[in-house]
Amino acid sequence: MSAVRATRRRRYLFDRDGVLAPMMLLPSVVYIVALVAVPFFLAIAYSLSDVTVGDPSFDYVGLRNFRAVLKDPVFRRSLTNSIFITAVTMVLVLVLAKILALVLTRDFRGKWGVRFLILLPWTTPVPLAAIAWLWMLDSLFSPIDWTLRRLGLLEGNLHWLGNSKLAVASVITVQVWRIVPLAAVIIMAGLAAIPQDINDAAEVDGAGFWRKLFEITIPLTLPVTAVATLFGAVLVFTDMSVVYVLTRGGPVDATQILPTWAFFRGIQGGDLAQGAAVALFLFPLLLAMAVLILRSVRRMEVL
Amino acid sequence: MAIVEVRHLTKKFEGNATFAVDDLDLATTEDEYLVLLGPSGCGKTTLLRLIAGLEQPTSGEVLIGGEPMVGLPPRARKIAMVFQSYALYPHKTARKNIEFPLKASGMEPGDRAKKVEWAAELLGITRLLDRRPRHLSGGERQRVALARALVREPDVFLLDEPLSNLDAKLRATARDDLKQFQDRVGTTTIYVTHDQVEAMGLGDRIAVMSEGRIRQLGTPHEVYHDPADTFVATFLGSPPMNIVERDDVLVGFRPESLLPKGVVEPDDDAVSVPFSVHRVENLGSERHLVGTVSGIGADTRVIAMLPSTVSVEVPVDETAEFVIRGADLRFFDKDTGGRTARRRL
Repeated sequence: MSAVRATRRRRYLFDRDGVLAPMMLLPSVVYIVALVAVPFFLAIAYSLSDVTVGDPSFDYVGLRNFRAVLKDPVFRRSLTNSIFITAVTMVLVLVLAKILALVLTRDFRGKWGVRFLILLPWTTPVPLAAIAWLWMLDSLFSPIDWTLRRLGLLEGNLHWLGNSKLAVASVITVQVWRIVPLAAVIIMAGLAAIPQDINDAAEVDGAGFWRKLFEITIPLTLPVTAVATLFGAVLVFTDMSVVYVLTRGGPVDATQILPTWAFFRGIQGGDLAQGAAVALFLFPLLLAMAVLILRSVRRMEVL
Repeated sequence: MAIVEVRHLTKKFEGNATFAVDDLDLATTEDEYLVLLGPSGCGKTTLLRLIAGLEQPTSGEVLIGGEPMVGLPPRARKIAMVFQSYALYPHKTARKNIEFPLKASGMEPGDRAKKVEWAAELLGITRLLDRRPRHLSGGERQRVALARALVREPDVFLLDEPLSNLDAKLRATARDDLKQFQDRVGTTTIYVTHDQVEAMGLGDRIAVMSEGRIRQLGTPHEVYHDPADTFVATFLGSPPMNIVERDDVLVGFRPESLLPKGVVEPDDDAVSVPFSVHRVENLGSERHLVGTVSGIGADTRVIAMLPSTVSVEVPVDETAEFVIRGADLRFFDKDTGGRTARRRL
């Protein structure tokens, strides 16, 4: 009897929370340390050194790289471009995503087909999509130019990626095209979370479409919109593939952004230390953005 | 202030085989408190939403104050509605919530503020005006929702189970408040509930609904004492009316009508029946005797309800003589369930 009891009463190793919890966490911790933390600290270390592709020996040089980077006009151009492109993209994304979400939550024939089509850009790998856009924006054979010519609105070609203003606009267009589906889906979730009673009450209370939109729907989806903004902004701000495929930062650095500049400096230019310094500028900006948005979400008092 | 009338109103939701509201006719009288009562899924909320304009009927007419309303949006109908969840705007303070319909109607800010104060005072929520809904209790939310409905001075109030989110204790006082509110405002009110106590307590008239149709429309006294069919008879009352099968009719009597011999003064048509008691439930204010009654028709399991003022000893598992007064017997058709002529047993 007592022997049976003794075995039954035994505690196995995994019964102990002190063992099980760390075991379950281990894979993700390893993943984050290996692929996020190590490169991050490596970048900090590189930025304080004189490491190049040709000379990987580590010598501490203090803030010399940062001083050099800050003096570089291309870096400043990249920084303002990064902020400008992200800001304009997000404003357009929010307006379009909100409209799209409102349309898609309505009941209409073929709703699911339309939803599927709209989500497609999001499921396409960014570089592939960028290549498709590269063809769309071709200096000679652009179908956009062809259509405009056929409509009699244009003679010759627009040279989308050759003109510095049009190149920035092109980059923004592609980014908007890429982010809108994600933002729309997030905002749709927010719209679906508004209780039907609230919509009905607004209707009974006599609110028309615009009043309902601005006084009820938008305030109630504000937190979720902020989340969509954060995700979208981070994706746009850190993306280099669109610019890399479309313009390589040109013409004459007109579309150069921080990620591409870090890549050109560090990898193609071989100056790993300066590349790391450029890349590190992304970090405080992203951090500030995330803190700002998440704090304002917490302060918003809905539901 | 206005009479609400529906004619041949039918609503069928897409993909549903049955009608939510089935060729329904109903009219309120001036300033009446009409209660729509029925089990869940009987179509009472759909009927209310059709009157509000939140749903469009498949066919039929809705008239408010004699004007046809079908096709008009809710805001054009001079109605106000209180929802089961209260549906307060969570991001607005109570004041802004109450003000919202006035703002939507384009009233001047000065007049709006006065109107909000007036409604808040009427409902005793003046000190809560600057709070948001999440900082209000259930009862307070209900008052804010009522105030929001009141400020528009609608022709008709539509209330969709406004008490069902309150706990039992609060519900009694809230019911009292609602009745006082209606007495003061005196506007035609249509009130949807599945709770017969609310319906009996609040309604001038009750429309008992089932499967998209009205089974009976009458005063609380009528629907309780003179049910039109077996559905109404067994839906109202707790415990419900006992039904005993006898040849081609169903004989119905309320549990409180089945009493031990000697307790009641029998009338001319009174029947004396043997009642064998299986179980006694003592609920304090009353006793429920569950047992089998014979002598009326088939032996049937029924419930007798004795108020605590009747202190007769009722032994379990024994048969005693019980009496039902002839005036308390109701007869229903066995096939249709509808009322039929009284007959002697």
